[in-house]
Amino acid sequence: MSKVLHKFTRKVPKWRPRVEPVKLDDATPAQLDALKVTPSNTKVSEYVLTLAHDVESLKVRSPLFNAIMYDKGGMSRTERELGALAASMVNRCVYCAAVHADRHAKLSKSTEVTDKLLARGFHAELSPRDAAIFEFARKLSESPPQANADDVAALQKVGLRDDEILDLILSSSLFGWANRLMHVLGDPIQPDEDV
Amino acid sequence: MSIFETSTLGVSGVSAESSLGEAVSTRSNVFEMTQLAESAVLRPLEYGMFPHEVRAALAYRIAISAGETRLAEYYAASVGNEFNLSDSIMIEGEPESTLIPFIDKAANDTKNIVAEDISKLQAVGVSDADIVRLCELIAFVAYQVRVAAGLRLMNGAI
Repeated sequence: MSKVLHKFTRKVPKWRPRVEPVKLDDATPAQLDALKVTPSNTKVSEYVLTLAHDVESLKVRSPLFNAIMYDKGGMSRTERELGALAASMVNRCVYCAAVHADRHAKLSKSTEVTDKLLARGFHAELSPRDAAIFEFARKLSESPPQANADDVAALQKVGLRDDEILDLILSSSLFGWANRLMHVLGDPIQPDEDV
Repeated sequence: MSIFETSTLGVSGVSAESSLGEAVSTRSNVFEMTQLAESAVLRPLEYGMFPHEVRAALAYRIAISAGETRLAEYYAASVGNEFNLSDSIMIEGEPESTLIPFIDKAANDTKNIVAEDISKLQAVGVSDADIVRLCELIAFVAYQVRVAAGLRLMNGAI
């Protein structure tokens, strides 16, 4: 059996489901529609095939995910990734943390911030702006949420506008959702081994 | 429905007239889709082993454990007075000893979930489809709790 990864990394692992994913050959028309499977597009990840067990949720979650992470305006995509990463570290979703640390590094064209977070975790010393963003997202992601008025004031003090704070709330909360699927329903394993 | 009538914005107390209302309006699509997601997760056509009332009761349990009283009250309104959660999702021969602890752990102690938590559900006969449905419910409410809590904080700060 392939080794399950427990340490945070920026190298995106493979994901091995703990339940049996829907088999494409057995998928219902509704599942195929939600999976956006067409004759020219038959590549669907194990993760999405797993979520296809609940096709009604899958169908609404994907566009919501894309809107929160990628829509124009508001907080930069790089900083939204920082919110996603903070949530994924709180929930110890090694797979999600890797994907979003990697995206942060690519979008910012620097590994500096994620190097620090991977090395020192919640004790990483970040710039005042990144530190305020990460801290707010970390505390909002705790169970129960720990963010308070001082954390919002800290975001305002480093210059975040209302629309940016809103996007931070949305992106970190969204990963409260994604982590509870990815981390609960499967294991991150070495990327160079077969799933 | 105006986005300010969606349950997430309703329980967070954000009004259209507030300055936060302006920022929220720029993301109206997100709040519309959040409401659609709530319908899909709480009131799906294919509900498997978790009927709508059970789902509302579970959402109540998750919201209250996260300190989200107003969201919990919203879900409680969909649950009858006579309803008993433990009885309703009891599996024959396997009372709440498997499902409720799983739900609480996935919702509130996510980082410590391990493969055995899933295999225990499978061992008592919960289908893989129902495990995915249950995780979607837990995960959506965890999201909604945090959006509402974050917006309420912001609303108090501006």
